[in-house]
Amino acid sequence: MIVIGAGHAGCEAALATARMGFRTAVFTIALDNVALMPCNPSIGGPGKAHLVREIDALGGEMGRNTDYAYMHIRVLNTRKGPAVQALRAQTDRKLYSWRMRQVLEREPNLYLREGCVESILVRGDRVEGVVLETGEKIKARAVIVATGTYMRSLIHVGEVNYEAGPQSQRTTYGLSRSLEELGFKLARFKTGTPPRANSRSLDYSRMTPLEGEPLTQGFSFRGKLPPKKQVPCWLTYTTKETHAIMSANLHRTALYSGAIVGIGPRYCPSLESKIVEFPDRDSHQVYVEPEGWDTQEVYLSGLSTSLPADVQVELVRSIPGLENVEIMRMAYAIEYDCLEPHQLRNTLESRSISGLYFAGQINGSSGYEEAAAQGLMAGINCGLKLREQAPFILGRDQAYIGVLIDDLVTKTIAEPYRMMTSLAEYRLLLRQDNADRRLAAYGRDLGLLSQEEYDNVQRRWDSVEKEIEALRNWRLTPAEEVNRVLKEIGSAPLQHVVSGEELLRRPEMSYGKLEALGWVSSIDVDIKDVVETEIKYAGYIRKQERAVERFRKLEAKRLPEWLNYEEIEGLSREAQEKLMAVRPESIGQASRIAGVSPADISVLLIYLEQLRRGKGRRDSEKMKGGQSE
Amino acid sequence: MAGEFRSDDTIAAISTPLGEGGIGIVRLSGADAISLVDKAFVSPKGQTLAFARSWSLNYGWIVDKHGEKIDEVIVSVMRAPHSYTREDIVEINCHGGLIPLQGVLERVLELGARLAEPGEFTKRAFLHGRLDLSQAEAVIDVIRAKTDRGHRLAMRQLEGGLSQAIKEMRSDLVGLLAAIEAGIDFPDEVGDMEPEAIRQVIDDVSREIAKMLATADTGRLLREGIDTAIVGKPNVGKSSLLNRLVRENRAIVTDVPGTTRDVIEEVVNIGGFPFVVRDTAGIRRTEDVVEKIGVERAIALMEGADLVLCVVDGSSPLEDDDISLLQQVQGKTGVLVVNKKDIGSAESDERYRELLPDVPIVRISAETGEGLEELEETIVSQVVEGGIDLTGDSLVVTRARHKQALKEAAASLEAARNTLEMGLPQDLVAVDIRGAAESLGEVTGDTVRDEVIDRIFADFCIGK
Repeated sequence: MIVIGAGHAGCEAALATARMGFRTAVFTIALDNVALMPCNPSIGGPGKAHLVREIDALGGEMGRNTDYAYMHIRVLNTRKGPAVQALRAQTDRKLYSWRMRQVLEREPNLYLREGCVESILVRGDRVEGVVLETGEKIKARAVIVATGTYMRSLIHVGEVNYEAGPQSQRTTYGLSRSLEELGFKLARFKTGTPPRANSRSLDYSRMTPLEGEPLTQGFSFRGKLPPKKQVPCWLTYTTKETHAIMSANLHRTALYSGAIVGIGPRYCPSLESKIVEFPDRDSHQVYVEPEGWDTQEVYLSGLSTSLPADVQVELVRSIPGLENVEIMRMAYAIEYDCLEPHQLRNTLESRSISGLYFAGQINGSSGYEEAAAQGLMAGINCGLKLREQAPFILGRDQAYIGVLIDDLVTKTIAEPYRMMTSLAEYRLLLRQDNADRRLAAYGRDLGLLSQEEYDNVQRRWDSVEKEIEALRNWRLTPAEEVNRVLKEIGSAPLQHVVSGEELLRRPEMSYGKLEALGWVSSIDVDIKDVVETEIKYAGYIRKQERAVERFRKLEAKRLPEWLNYEEIEGLSREAQEKLMAVRPESIGQASRIAGVSPADISVLLIYLEQLRRGKGRRDSEKMKGGQSE
Repeated sequence: MAGEFRSDDTIAAISTPLGEGGIGIVRLSGADAISLVDKAFVSPKGQTLAFARSWSLNYGWIVDKHGEKIDEVIVSVMRAPHSYTREDIVEINCHGGLIPLQGVLERVLELGARLAEPGEFTKRAFLHGRLDLSQAEAVIDVIRAKTDRGHRLAMRQLEGGLSQAIKEMRSDLVGLLAAIEAGIDFPDEVGDMEPEAIRQVIDDVSREIAKMLATADTGRLLREGIDTAIVGKPNVGKSSLLNRLVRENRAIVTDVPGTTRDVIEEVVNIGGFPFVVRDTAGIRRTEDVVEKIGVERAIALMEGADLVLCVVDGSSPLEDDDISLLQQVQGKTGVLVVNKKDIGSAESDERYRELLPDVPIVRISAETGEGLEELEETIVSQVVEGGIDLTGDSLVVTRARHKQALKEAAASLEAARNTLEMGLPQDLVAVDIRGAAESLGEVTGDTVRDEVIDRIFADFCIGK
């Protein structure tokens, strides 16, 4: 087993295969930068925290690593429903990287090595190994490509550009060439990062502090969050002067001068795009985020730009609190090669070359969490394939990981893909608080979670069920005392006997208020939250469960891989092209492809039935024969 | 999800047998077909369909939700697997006209049936092994042809006022959804929506929908059909045209009053619109006498018609009678039908256009059927874009779909309002707002997901 790259995807991929019992070599171009965070020193947020919790429930490392390296943590969206509440942590970048490196170094079966892969060895339609730039040939049964944004990467700072990966690391050319030679279609994406400043030069008295929260449960359900004295983030704003400087120098940004050809993400625009596209706004937020305990370097979130260096300094100094800023690293935009991910199966294995997997930013995604999730799934599926076991696919109804991978291999990815809760159809079911319940059994079965870890999950959810049962059996009568307390806490008095469950379902009721009415329980705080969620939103949850049943029926209708859609009469031309490109694995997946209409789906269903009844058997044999020639 | 493909629910459609008049059939297929119709079926002896034998006929009434009778019916029950689709099938034989038929269909939709896609009964029959393999291509052809054509027509119809209004409402909901979702996915950059602002949009759209639903039944054209006159000199092929239109567009209903001896009326369904087509064919045997009064009669026939199909014989040069007829047609909503394309063309399009500048010209052969499809599309576009007053929505099939979508959207908005009023979080309110936008999207053929994401980035400034 070979993993190319030791970023967030590569680390999870390698740990998964090694833990599944396969000798795994990981090649990185810079051994000192394992699990590097070249952009925000932050993990989590809506959709992303969900991914981390899911990775953790499947036995991945990201959750534990974040809990270890955090400097500041809080829950976002606390005023919104439980499904969209999300943890987010600021981490110490170095600490994060060092701990992950240690985990990799200590993992039996895992061999971490510095080395730049020049090309991929393929025989027929099977991967055979890799060639390093030193000329070494290394054989392997499977290869996972997790190279991030380092392929043909080009950094832009204003009019200047140079060939480099993030954080001035080296770029690579061989692999892009090798992949093109193997027939892969590559796309060119762009992203960017803001300047970093020296904290001692900042005037924090002119900014608003944002404090972390003393939480006990972090990203990993396999342990408690170690208590720390947290570091605040700081909020300030761009000014009219900032915008004037930008407007005057717009022609010098790489983005608007035409120097950049790659497509950037809309959710992560540079300051120049924000000012151009939202001319009515005379101010944008700037968050100052710490980069580590032992460094003065801070991250100026909101100021991502491709301005030239001289203007960057002037621009940052127009912001309150940053008047005397000493910039330590300039902001830059970066362009890189990535794979058009519809060339992959939903196991993240290449459709054309057996044993070759792709994970992370090379698949057109962005974000550490998205990368880690893909790495874990690529690793798991690679291991399962070598064990000759059925692949492990998570559905859109089971996990954000399922939504992520299905979107990548099904949709046309026109910009770097980022996870958002609004992309998950069944998000009330896919909460960060129940990721362990949804996925821990898989983690155990795969051999990535211990029996003990799994038993803990079971115990936790048993106690949730027991508590709900107990509340259901707890009867409150409309006694004077009860109604007096209800009135005090702003809830309507009882007319007749109700159960604790019914009472908690009232929007204004909470667990705390239930305790004021005499409810006694000894369960943990986080279990109380879960119980409250399960009871309060039961109606909405059931609604989504019904939708999931419909969804599953279509997912269960499999489409054979060898189907030649161009020969299926009745499909529209566009549908034929899209289906040939994506090669969906089920009718459900086919129905999510843009350009495939309900009529096309009907035609497919009829064709499948024809096949089943024998007419298509000849066709299928013909086609299989054709493929192996 | 709009366009979501479902195969396990109960479907319904008007499926009137070819060429028969007076009776219309609403057919249902699916596991809930019997129990669903039972909720609206009242028999004089108090029988229920649940206990009806397979292949039995059951006399009674279909009633609306208030118990008011919609139509007197005979209901046949065919239990799975001994039915066309191998699912439970219920056929409601209505003996009323278009309005009761439509009413019965809407009633079963209201009770939870889904309007069948084109060719869906046949598709189910095939998928359940009822048809043999040789028929598979035919099934695909039916689905493909009907859908493509239906889609093209539906797209045209979408230009109409009703669909425009639906699009606008949908856009309001998508914008609202984007605002809520932006606050959820990007809490650092986007603040929460005020509940009052959310309620405002919900209320505005709900009110619009209620207004539309209230006027949906009042369309004159729906009640009576689009009054269409076929005019032209004798022997230009008027009755061949009428016969062809009738043959290819099964009449949904034929009990329209007013049939007289000297004017033939037929009701045909073109692109979902009911057309009452009048022709003077009945007086043809006295041709020699009416050579002169042909024009006068045509003028009388055009009086009050919504649409005029003016037929000329394209294989011979225009005569004075033709020209004076064309002059009468000028200024009306209509189509110039140049017939006998198979024989020849004696005049250029320019010549016709000179005489009738504002009326589209279609060359056909009523004899061979050539050009008929183009004629039908032109007729529909004249109805949709032309000067015909479409009070309310006048589509028969599409109309039921629109109405159903509006009802579902209204119900979702009601649920969203309740969630909001209970003080529950906005992501839960979003669930039903999304549902409402999706229901409306089924009319316009748009999916919500990607559009919401687009709106988030267009409306809100997000970024690091």
